[in-house]
Amino acid sequence: MREALTMQGSHAVLTRANPLAKFVAVFLVSMVLALSIDWVSASTAIVAELALFPLAGLTLRLLWHRAWPLIIAAAIGGWSTAIVAADRGAVLLDVGIWSISEGSLELGLGFMLRGLAIALPAILLMTCTDPTDLADALAQKARLPHRFVLGSLAAMRLVGLMAEEWQTIGMARRARGVGSHGNPLQRLKATLGQSFGLLVQAVRRASRLAVTMEARGFGGGQRTWARESSYSLLDVWVVLGGLIIASATVLAAVGAGTWTFVWR
Amino acid sequence: MGSTYDARPAAILAEGWGWRHAGRPQPAIQGLDLRIEPGERVLLLGPSGAGKSTLLHALAGVLGDEEDDSDETGSLLIDGVAPRAQRGRAGLMQQDPETQVVLSRVGDDVAFGAENLCVPREEIWARVHEALDDVGLRTAAGAGLALDHPTAALSGGQKQRLALAGILAMRPGLILLDEPTANLDPEGVLEVRDAVRRCLDRTGATLVVVEHRVSVWKDLVDRVVVLQPGSGGTSASPGKSAAPGVLADGSPGKVLSEQRSMLMAAGVWVPGYVPPTRARRTGHSERGHSERGNSEPGAAELLLAAQDLAVSREKPRRRGFKSIPPVPVQSGITAQVRSGQALTIMGPNGAGKSTFALTLAGLLAPVRGQVSAAVELSQGAGIDPFTWKAEQLISRIGTVFQEPEHQFVTGKVLDELMFGPKHLGHGQERVDELLERLRLTHLVDANPYTLSGGEKRRLSVATVLAAHPKVLVLDEPTFGQDANTWAELASFLSELLDAGTAVVSVTHDQEFSSVLGGTELQLGPVPQDRESRQEAGAA
Repeated sequence: MREALTMQGSHAVLTRANPLAKFVAVFLVSMVLALSIDWVSASTAIVAELALFPLAGLTLRLLWHRAWPLIIAAAIGGWSTAIVAADRGAVLLDVGIWSISEGSLELGLGFMLRGLAIALPAILLMTCTDPTDLADALAQKARLPHRFVLGSLAAMRLVGLMAEEWQTIGMARRARGVGSHGNPLQRLKATLGQSFGLLVQAVRRASRLAVTMEARGFGGGQRTWARESSYSLLDVWVVLGGLIIASATVLAAVGAGTWTFVWR
Repeated sequence: MGSTYDARPAAILAEGWGWRHAGRPQPAIQGLDLRIEPGERVLLLGPSGAGKSTLLHALAGVLGDEEDDSDETGSLLIDGVAPRAQRGRAGLMQQDPETQVVLSRVGDDVAFGAENLCVPREEIWARVHEALDDVGLRTAAGAGLALDHPTAALSGGQKQRLALAGILAMRPGLILLDEPTANLDPEGVLEVRDAVRRCLDRTGATLVVVEHRVSVWKDLVDRVVVLQPGSGGTSASPGKSAAPGVLADGSPGKVLSEQRSMLMAAGVWVPGYVPPTRARRTGHSERGHSERGNSEPGAAELLLAAQDLAVSREKPRRRGFKSIPPVPVQSGITAQVRSGQALTIMGPNGAGKSTFALTLAGLLAPVRGQVSAAVELSQGAGIDPFTWKAEQLISRIGTVFQEPEHQFVTGKVLDELMFGPKHLGHGQERVDELLERLRLTHLVDANPYTLSGGEKRRLSVATVLAAHPKVLVLDEPTFGQDANTWAELASFLSELLDAGTAVVSVTHDQEFSSVLGGTELQLGPVPQDRESRQEAGAA
């Protein structure tokens, strides 16, 4: 999971765009997709998103490695919708209480594609955005309080450490005779104990980190920024791109006559 | 602009100063009179509980808030002003390297303090380059770490040097180091010490350092101050001219010779002194004996063997539906563990010493190769320790982790010790014996988390031994320990060895290894570097 959040030395074009601009673009696309359940708008968005992959330094292989649980979840969601949705049109398959009709298949397909189309931009955003740049943009451009933003950023670094610590504490407790065995209640107790151990370590680390930050003058009202978070022409293109994809999906679906508002 | 270090060295003046932490009945430090002149380099010593860290935190301006119920008495001033009122005048480095890094890129981390002090942008970057040069993380030619190098990929020593650079970028007049090298391997210790020396020579800043290992710092400092434990206004040491709250004060040579026995008794690592330990019974202390010892029948039974082992902490990774084995940190390890004999695992950081020990102890699955337990040890539990149930494991192989707190499972010292025996259906005899032997009897009702460092270490060894394992595995047992705990631990392990327990320890500590005797297993540096490993993993 950790590697899914890092860019690993990527130099793709979109890594240079301002995180806020990328966020706005993703928001536009997701909003429009959330309005309709139909396969045309969703697949238009997916095609457009796939075309953007190289710009974000993402490949299909990488996507599968990082997001396979999401992709499988979308497929399962689509399949179950196809099975349980009310039948409409010709029935294609009928096994006992389960049946798949043309109408329910279309609905299932739309459901699956829409899930993917909404998930992809978020993955795209994560792939090409460094958390530090995001924090810079949030504090300098979106004017969120810098104590909150930088505090969260520093804390995020500890999350990775905590994952290692969890493994170590697990081993250390096995060495004390607390094992992942016995009935579910005993296992639950063991997990709770391990969580408590992790909590103690997390609090210790966090308070030491807080002392470090305070000793470096953190917590004052004013500060300067070593790196300026700025907008460039690229950001105009990013927002425009989001707008174009969003409108293209609506136009395609309305043109094909498949546009269906979710509340209908 | 900003290319010269323009901060004045700071002067410290404490007059009858004391501090009680919120929620504590006793003050951590009391009635301290101390004057430190600008540019002085002071090593602060004293037994644990003398309030050394409290003093450093106060000087760094990070101690307490006005609203909590902590108590300050007397006055403590830097250049005549309260430390809290002048952010950035003093810079503090603490012990744990992981928490000395704030941000995830090298350049940003160094800039962090300067940003908080509202330094203009162009000057920040000038300071960042200069500070990285000063601590040796970046040479003048531009070689070394890139500004966007990830801080997570740095070693412990590099992290501490990075923290020092972050401090320098604030242009402080006072540098405070709170056991800066206690968590580092020998190379890291020297790396940090030399960086501190370079920075002081260049900046002329005042230094106050707290550290147990005197030999590391004695040539760098020009004054040693020994604080009095729980100091109560009057100096208890007779005939000394030292000020209240201070046991001894003077040049390193003078204090270390005049106060030698007092410092030794307080557990300070005085240069040129190895605390006396119990000797192994004859014939065991000589190195390399174990190989020859194989021929003595019955003397040293084979308990555990590693055959061409490759080890890693990582679990096999999932790539889509595929499972990919992790890249081992070390491979081709072959070793034997025999009753009554010590196996000491040594080697540079990152060579997989701890990972190997944990694999040997049945806590990690081998990547390749095999760990096999002899029937003598397994007693019917199967050949591979990793497959044993937790309670089968603890009565056969006991493992003491580097951080004692990782292994605490109850809220009371006695429960902690009884935990293993209770699960195995044993009685309390062994527990009483261990309490007595490791001087924990007076602490039976205490909460393990509230003990001192040395007490925690002794408790963690005792809890594991309470289950009576035939093999004891220890990960860096002497790390950060004072000389008293060190000697106690080494003597106790030598006793265990003579009683027939096999002791496997991971350590950088040559003296410790000499006390235990037995075989030394030297793990070499890992051939492929970190980056190529990551690439291999990411491919």
